[in-house]
Amino acid sequence: MSILKLTVSSVAVAAIAATTAYARDNVQVAGSSTVLPYAAIVAELFGENFDYPTPVVESGGSSAGLKRFCEGVGENTIDIANASRQIKPTEAAACAEAGVTDIIEVRIGYDGIVFASDINGNDFAFTPTDWYKALAAEHFIDGALVPNTFTSWNEVNADFPDQPIQTFIPGTKHGTREVFEEKVILAGCAEGGFLDAMIAAGADHDTAEGKCMAIRTDGRSVDVDGDYTETLARIEADTNGIGVFGLAFYENNTDKLQVATMAGVVPTTESIAAGDYPVSRPLYFYIKVAHIDVIPGLKDFAEFFVSDDVSGPDGPLAEYGLVSDPELSDVQDTVMNEVKMGDM
Amino acid sequence: MTHKSLLTVDALTRKRNTAEKRFKAYGLGAIIVAMIALALLLTSVVSTGSSAFKQTYATITVPLPAAKLDKSGTRDLAVMKKVTTIGYASLLRDGMVATVEELGIATDLNAKTIGKMLSKEASATVRNAVLADPDIVGTDMEFKLLMNGRIDGYFKGRVTMESAALDGNTSPEELQLAQALADVGVVDTTFNWAFLTAPDASDQRPEAAGLGVAILGSLYMMIVVLVLALPIGVAASIYLEEFAPKNRWTDIIEVNISNLAAVPSIVYGILGLAIFINFMEFNQSSPLVGGLCLTLMTLPTIIISTRAALKSVPPSIRDAALGVGASKIQAVFHHVLPLAASGILTGTIIGLAQALGETAPLLLIGMVAFVREYPAAYTPDAGLFGEAATALPVQVFNWTQRADPSFVERASGAIITLLIFLLIMNAIAIFLRRKFERRW
Repeated sequence: MSILKLTVSSVAVAAIAATTAYARDNVQVAGSSTVLPYAAIVAELFGENFDYPTPVVESGGSSAGLKRFCEGVGENTIDIANASRQIKPTEAAACAEAGVTDIIEVRIGYDGIVFASDINGNDFAFTPTDWYKALAAEHFIDGALVPNTFTSWNEVNADFPDQPIQTFIPGTKHGTREVFEEKVILAGCAEGGFLDAMIAAGADHDTAEGKCMAIRTDGRSVDVDGDYTETLARIEADTNGIGVFGLAFYENNTDKLQVATMAGVVPTTESIAAGDYPVSRPLYFYIKVAHIDVIPGLKDFAEFFVSDDVSGPDGPLAEYGLVSDPELSDVQDTVMNEVKMGDM
Repeated sequence: MTHKSLLTVDALTRKRNTAEKRFKAYGLGAIIVAMIALALLLTSVVSTGSSAFKQTYATITVPLPAAKLDKSGTRDLAVMKKVTTIGYASLLRDGMVATVEELGIATDLNAKTIGKMLSKEASATVRNAVLADPDIVGTDMEFKLLMNGRIDGYFKGRVTMESAALDGNTSPEELQLAQALADVGVVDTTFNWAFLTAPDASDQRPEAAGLGVAILGSLYMMIVVLVLALPIGVAASIYLEEFAPKNRWTDIIEVNISNLAAVPSIVYGILGLAIFINFMEFNQSSPLVGGLCLTLMTLPTIIISTRAALKSVPPSIRDAALGVGASKIQAVFHHVLPLAASGILTGTIIGLAQALGETAPLLLIGMVAFVREYPAAYTPDAGLFGEAATALPVQVFNWTQRADPSFVERASGAIITLLIFLLIMNAIAIFLRRKFERRW
């Protein structure tokens, strides 16, 4: 009976597969979709220049990556988590509980967040306050919170053209959203004096900040849960739209997008490195120390990642849009000496 | 009462006839809508994706000085490997500049920019060639090297002088130089086999990205699905259809199988993550786990179609076999199963085709990843199908998220490849049905 034979052999195959001890000889990385392109570029260079296999890099977001990182120690867990923000104390606690006690934190550089619109549209010179005024759910006027009624950019700022307010901002699952809310909306709220006004009117600090960061939900601002490619597609469909992008994404699409200045500064790797451009954030990856002696090439990969050739100002990552870390040599020391978090 | 001829159409008949005509028109309309949708889909995919099957290469002579590539002069590979692809890039730049000068093409571009017109993958090509045959160090070798994505896009019509003027990654001068090189035959756009064989590439070298790993991963998963789902599915259907008593339990099983066929596929991914990766500790991103998830997903489809095929064999066949003294198992395996085989195969192939195009469960088990190493079918370390891989639909998903516009073309090219595979599988299913089907 051929079918009987097939069944028996497939069961045998499954049995063999189940009894084999699995070992992994490649580095596995998962996490932030912002860090993904950089990690992929480094993985590619690492694979072609070293005798180790090319690391496998997955996306999925900072939180998802750190969650998988903290699942435990062992070859069926990942070795490196990419994150576009620092690990939270709760995440570190979850890690420790699962046995992942020793973690090396590596800052690879900075990422700029830019505001861009259709190449043929109007150009803008924004300040954070403009964005707060345009996107806040409620404005604090004469001691009371009233719903935001602005529908055109020239109502926000008389210098702006009469263009309907339509923005595409990262959805709440993105690490970028947090930075956007904090460094643009909240900063705008504070700069414009609205935060102080609310506090002066008797609101406590946290409530006032919460009110500042509440984004309008009347359709003038759309949360994009997908990637920047989706934001770009939305802007191509609605040329009045203004989107929030990563600097690297903009630099790869300069023939379709024009970038707005923020507080008078044009976003470039230089202006971000100098600290002139206000909206940027550090990017990290986290190494599981327990895997360093188990997974071949893990430490070499990490050292290669932060080497001057790769992450330095003339390296391929900077060319792609990463703002290289001015303190890169400290980061290199951290990796080389395996300085764990908490030891610093 | 007058008698009417049957040939004169009365009001009622006319009404019935118009109703029929109307229904036919609705049906035709439905088909036309479906065809238009299909045509739109295919035109958009083919128009953006067909260019992925062509690629622009430059054939240039690259100097391979021993002073740079092998300072020790011993041709010791361990030492020569220290020169990274970043180091090789300057050799390629020199080769490119020398070619331009030799041909007497006037350009205002500096050497660095001319060097960047080549793909970053090109330095890996040259480095691999040198490491494979260290004796070529010290000579000048001719290489066929990838041009970068923007130059490639220019020859495919995706990048224009206008868009290049606005583009930070290229310039009209570069395109003019590329055109001049193409006019003398140094730069050429040829069929791109590498698209089907090369592994994925990072965001900096879209021109090098290929489907090799994804095709292998999909193939491995299909093997796992076929080897597991076909015997299990057929055994389950034969038992349920021919041997199982008809009672409440078999009814419950039957209802459950039908329900399972309608379960959203992502559920199988969650199940796979919990059982195969967290509990059984199989490797993440491995085609084995992917194949097991897809097996669970395809099983109900195969069981349902196999049972339908078995049901379509007339009872007289069984009765005749039993009548001449065959045992029940003989009647089933000697007579019923061979007659049902074409239906079973058709169902299996359609199940496989469905599994081939499935993305959702693979998202959860780590197959949506950047993988450049070709997965081996078996290694002692990783076990059977245990090395990380991606799959065709996942590669499409991956490429649509990349920042570089060249990946749009790649993603559509991958869709075309996937569609061709599906078309082949469905054609085989139709062929088998035509060839082996028995009508009663």
